Amino acid sequence: MNMEKLIKIQLTNIILATVVGFILGGIVLVLTGYNPLEAYGALFSGIFSKPKYIAQVVIKSTPIILTGLSFLVAFKSGLFNMGAEGQYLTGSIVAAIVGSKLDFPGGIHFLAVVVSAVTASALLGAVIGILKTKWGVNEVISCIMFNWFLLYLNNYLITTPWLKKPNAEASYEIHETAWSLVAGKWKTTEKGIAALSGSGSPFAEMLLRTDLNYGIVIAVIVAVIIYILYKKTTTGYRLQSVGANINASRLSGIPVEKNIICAMALSAAISGLAGALTITGMMPHRLSQLRVHEGYGFSGIAVALIGANSPIGCIFSGLFYSMLEYGSSSIQSKTGAASEIMDLVIGTIIFFIAISSLFRIVLKKKKGESKHE
Amino acid sequence: MNSIGVILGITLMYSAPLVFAAMGGVISEKAGVINIGIEGMMTFGAFTGAATGYYLDNPWIGFLCAALAGGAISILHAVACVNFHANQTISGVALNLIGTGASLYLARILFDGATQTLPLKKKLPKLVSNADGTISLDSTAAIAFILVVLLWLYLYRTKGGLRLMAAGEHPEAVDSLGISVEKIRFCAVIASGILAGAGGAAMSLAVVSSFSQTVISGHGYIALAAVIFGRWNPASVALACLLFGFSQSLVVFLGNGTITIPSQVLAMLPYVVTIIVLIVMHGETRAPKASGVPYEK
Amino acid sequence: MNAAHAIEMHGIVKRFGNFCALDEVELEVKKGSIHAILGENGAGKTTLMNILYGLYDYNKGQILVHGKEVHFKSPRDAIHAGIGMVHQHFKLIEPYTVLQNIVLGYEKKGLFGFIDYRKARKEIEALIKAYHFKIDLDAKVRDISVGMQQRVEIVKALYRGADILIFDEPTAVLTPQEIHELTGCMKNMTEEGKTVIIITHKLEEITQCASRCTIIRRGKFITEVAVDGCDTKKLASLMVGREVNFSVKKQKKAGTEPMFEIRNLTVEDRQGICRLSDLSLEVHHGEIVGIAGVDGNGQQELFEAISSLIMVKSGTITIHSKEIQNTDPKTMLENGITVIPEDRQKDGLVLDFTVAENLISQNLSAPQFSRHGFLKKPEIMASSAALIEKYDIRPSGCSALKCRALSGGNQQKVIIARAIARNPDLIIAVQPTRGMDVGAIEFVHKALIEEREKGKGILLISLDLDEILKLSDRVAIISSGHITGVFDAQDADKGKIGTLMVGGKN
Repeated sequence: MNMEKLIKIQLTNIILATVVGFILGGIVLVLTGYNPLEAYGALFSGIFSKPKYIAQVVIKSTPIILTGLSFLVAFKSGLFNMGAEGQYLTGSIVAAIVGSKLDFPGGIHFLAVVVSAVTASALLGAVIGILKTKWGVNEVISCIMFNWFLLYLNNYLITTPWLKKPNAEASYEIHETAWSLVAGKWKTTEKGIAALSGSGSPFAEMLLRTDLNYGIVIAVIVAVIIYILYKKTTTGYRLQSVGANINASRLSGIPVEKNIICAMALSAAISGLAGALTITGMMPHRLSQLRVHEGYGFSGIAVALIGANSPIGCIFSGLFYSMLEYGSSSIQSKTGAASEIMDLVIGTIIFFIAISSLFRIVLKKKKGESKHE
Repeated sequence: MNSIGVILGITLMYSAPLVFAAMGGVISEKAGVINIGIEGMMTFGAFTGAATGYYLDNPWIGFLCAALAGGAISILHAVACVNFHANQTISGVALNLIGTGASLYLARILFDGATQTLPLKKKLPKLVSNADGTISLDSTAAIAFILVVLLWLYLYRTKGGLRLMAAGEHPEAVDSLGISVEKIRFCAVIASGILAGAGGAAMSLAVVSSFSQTVISGHGYIALAAVIFGRWNPASVALACLLFGFSQSLVVFLGNGTITIPSQVLAMLPYVVTIIVLIVMHGETRAPKASGVPYEK
Repeated sequence: MNAAHAIEMHGIVKRFGNFCALDEVELEVKKGSIHAILGENGAGKTTLMNILYGLYDYNKGQILVHGKEVHFKSPRDAIHAGIGMVHQHFKLIEPYTVLQNIVLGYEKKGLFGFIDYRKARKEIEALIKAYHFKIDLDAKVRDISVGMQQRVEIVKALYRGADILIFDEPTAVLTPQEIHELTGCMKNMTEEGKTVIIITHKLEEITQCASRCTIIRRGKFITEVAVDGCDTKKLASLMVGREVNFSVKKQKKAGTEPMFEIRNLTVEDRQGICRLSDLSLEVHHGEIVGIAGVDGNGQQELFEAISSLIMVKSGTITIHSKEIQNTDPKTMLENGITVIPEDRQKDGLVLDFTVAENLISQNLSAPQFSRHGFLKKPEIMASSAALIEKYDIRPSGCSALKCRALSGGNQQKVIIARAIARNPDLIIAVQPTRGMDVGAIEFVHKALIEEREKGKGILLISLDLDEILKLSDRVAIISSGHITGVFDAQDADKGKIGTLMVGGKN
């Protein structure tokens, strides 16, 4: 394959953009008086040097893989879901309520939490879809409105005596029956702690030191299901067709309104799942006061873009994003350079993905020059 | 009665940053470029304004620098959208990360590792105010609303405005008249960056007196929503900003918990109202036709 | 170099990538004359004029205006040199008023740097009077008729002081009467010493008004001829490069009972303005019914009403005595109606889907293509390959290619293949040959006639009166949302149809 063909492939563009992102990040580090090699070294040791770091990266990647998928699902149907933030909150609020207020046996409780959270956020998505199809309300604006509405709803609910834990600025914790931690109960028992700290295996360390949970498995399953949905099914065909050309789809007998509502509901459901899994899988298993949004929605957009709008791609870009975010704290602790350098790097990568036609132009120029010589 | 005055003052103060940023959004979208990166540009402006204002000990110079910083960072978006025909949304997302990242990174370097700047000795002044705060008008609010009038006149009365809006409706037509669509769009994006930067500073220099990680948190997106809500018309967009500013002022004013209705519930209201109004308007929003579409000859 | 020539273009070469759009093209236009440039769609006429107008740069060649060599970098230079262009797709800003559109780019400043509309209005009104136009300067462009929009474009050029006017396919959307008016207007201009260049692929227009004619074929200069003493047949063969058969062989129609009926159809738009009023129409088996009319007289609404894209206020649309108004496109398809929409890229195809995917878009749930909601990929590819072969969609074997990569003519073939593969009873074809070259047009016409021979009904909505007269068994004329007359195609008379198209009495 020649260079020109290679550059037409999205993956190549993304890799090139990543390289450029790191180089430019390095230049910024040099300009501000840090050694980029040292900084990037710290970054990678902060990600890979201990099993628990790797586990943290995986744990933190779960919600953003899901919000990335959520953005992707909407995007494939021509919708711009800026509302992952609010849908995430919907999921976590419902998860916290069902998890703390109801009693079920272990496992079933977890399922009940997830199903109710996903249903609630899917309903929110359907409302956004109906607002768009019935009344022409632009989904970007309704999403932003719901984001803030839900932020304040979250803050309000945890001031009510019903949900507020006394002496805390937060809600009650959900019951352990609803947790999705790996070996959640056992590892906190004395016997468990003793067994784990004695074993010395890397997995034991992960279990003991992190909130390792089943969320990532669910996220990967969701990604695979979405992949199959778009590749193999008529539903996926319709959902994508509506996004690619709404007029032609309508004339082909595809019910476009229904598909838009479904796409938005599905998208929101996935963000809601992210919220629910955070509550079930991570300490402190409860809602807290929010001054601003947590940024999962926005990270999701970045994940979807770096993942080249492919469901499987989202798994990798989610992990990648999570690595950089998590590893960035080591840059700060080891070299003193601010961890936000990674935001700059990620931003630069996305910027170069946006202008990836640049790579083609540069290549052409080079070719032209070599011809002259 | 007094509280109405106080709320009005706070509303205007909180609206000003939104108005600046939203006017930037109007200019850019009317010319055909969606600027989702306003949030990042605002953050960068808020930081630059607070930092330069602190070091030079003058909030006005800070305000000016903020506008310039917003303009500078928006060059990236302009180059991507105009010269490289990039997907405008992707570029905007990138700018949000870059703007926020750069602000915090620089803050840590300049302010001993803190993600915030030290407070200014004096904020941007109020034009009018009395002791108990029942009458107050921020200079930023005044500038913002003068800006609305000027932008309206520019768009609907001048040659530049006529051409700018044409570039957002039918760029081929503009091109066929020998007017450079690229130039119009490039300048519009820079203008929107300048205004977003000023909007950020109106937050960090007038509402509070320093920059911190949360000083700009979603304001850019709200400004964006205001642009759509106000149907791309400067006057209605400004009204939308007032509504959202009102919401924030309620949270601030009632946050002390003196009133029986929880402040959070009141704070939700404007967002609900917006959606209801949009339903009643029934999709009458008409975006500039070529907005978001890269123009290639 | 000749000062009697308003325009000279010598040896013009223009390449787009590897494609040579113009290869050493020559053009000489006498001052004060009407000069035609004749060529098929895609021959390079518009490219040549876009070069003259400064919209495109060129790779080689020389351009002289009034004997002086020029090199325009932008239309601004061309406008400055007195050249004006009326594009085929009008370059007007729809939400702007006529006045705003005319001054755009040529604004005059008044107080505080605001645009001095009053002064502009005076000057423009004088211009309108001089050319006997009737234009409402305060109307929004989106509210005025196509003919009117063209006049706005003309005034736009004149207001900029143009003395050389280029018209790109100016008659494509006009009624015979409007065409007549336009010809008169062009002659007026030449009498005032202005030069007119008209780009067209219609022969009749040339013989009506032009004095000389340059013929271009596939980017190459063929010849320049005097129009007097040159018959249309000869011009046509020069244009296409072979003998052209103008008539289509048709056999007598068979059906007697109408299979598709529209009764007293009334449609209002959102503002409550009547778009179709009391419209009745029927189509028999084995019959092509052509709808002739000026653009914007309800053709679009008729199409949209049949496919339930818009709501019908009253009246019925029936196929095989089943009412289908106010249902949805799916019901229409299920009842044996299929559509070939006017805008193939906007309404016909999903450009980012492959050819195979587009070919099944109306048959997704059919058992041959899916089971339990899962697509049957092998069957889909096989069916697609067969259709590509049958309809000669190029490049051959393009099943897995995105439709975006196909040429316009081949995209249209995909739509036609999809429509006919459903084995419908009625085909609604809207402008099925818009913007296609002669070869592709012949293909589409043949396909439609073939379906007619098989006993299908065809409703042909077209702005091209020649196309309608050529294909139809019966012609219905639509004006202001109403059918103003129905003729057997044999008895049709162009003048009479033209009168009816603008709402005159039969």
